Amino acid sequence: MKKLFTPLLILTAAAFAYAPLAIQRAPYESTMGLVQKIFYFHVPSWMAMFLAASVCGIASAIFLFGGRALYDRIAVAGAELSVVFGLIGLITGPLWGRKAWGVWWQWDARLTSALVMWLIFVAYLLLRKYGGSGSEKLAAVLALFGMANVPFVYLSVSWWRTIHPKTTVVTTLQPEMARPFLVCSLAFVSLCTLMLVTRVQLENRRAELDELYLALED
Amino acid sequence: MKRQATSDRRLAKTAVWLVFTLFLACAPSLIAQQPAPQQPPDGFVPADTLKPQEQLPAAPLVIGAYAVAWVAVFGYLWSIRNRLGRVERDIQEVSRRQAAGERR
Repeated sequence: MKKLFTPLLILTAAAFAYAPLAIQRAPYESTMGLVQKIFYFHVPSWMAMFLAASVCGIASAIFLFGGRALYDRIAVAGAELSVVFGLIGLITGPLWGRKAWGVWWQWDARLTSALVMWLIFVAYLLLRKYGGSGSEKLAAVLALFGMANVPFVYLSVSWWRTIHPKTTVVTTLQPEMARPFLVCSLAFVSLCTLMLVTRVQLENRRAELDELYLALED
Repeated sequence: MKRQATSDRRLAKTAVWLVFTLFLACAPSLIAQQPAPQQPPDGFVPADTLKPQEQLPAAPLVIGAYAVAWVAVFGYLWSIRNRLGRVERDIQEVSRRQAAGERR
């Protein structure tokens, strides 16, 4: 991963540098106009959130079934990133909704399930911070529930009646709109990966510090 | 003469009934053709039918959304950098104390 870090960093920087230009060049959507441009950051932020939540859930599952402590550190990093990218999605969505729907929030299936998933990862972090020793196993179970929510949140617009746009919006984008969307998606997903690696590094260094403290006490 | 009067009265009665029946039959359609009340309709109104001054400007919402995303990303990166710096300082401090302890 260390070898991939620098190329990924360059790729992320290039994608984020090109993104504003690509978004500016993208045509206005016929009914929503300018406000539709929130979509280019809103959807990729949820993609990054889903990625981080899946990493957290998978690492937690491996840790629960006898994995090494490294997987627990990966899970912590994933949970924190889920909260960060979920927060971006939960704020940018209502900013779009205020203009498109006339309201900031609707308690419909997509919005509510997304909020619940985000709250599960907030609960995970609170449990890790204040749960004391042994809370990592309990938090890992919570992360599994958080990850299980990912397909429900994604498919909620197809399964239930909701005012949120369908998932088919992405696949039916015009090429002029698909280009900036792909650039932003690439930028967010690679940024999420870089942040995950850096955050795991922080957890590794904390583990080293704990070992040093123990060695000092002995 | 009397028969004529009775016949006229019967005709008048039939006419009244006919008019009354016609009125009853037409009433729903007459009501339906009343002009629509000039009240705002319930539910959502398409944004493009609103007067320009009632439409929300989109630019502040778009700028706000992009600003939130950048602040969250840079805030989180700054937080990781701070925490990593603190841990590195602690590691150096503990290593120094450990080395000093071994020397004694």
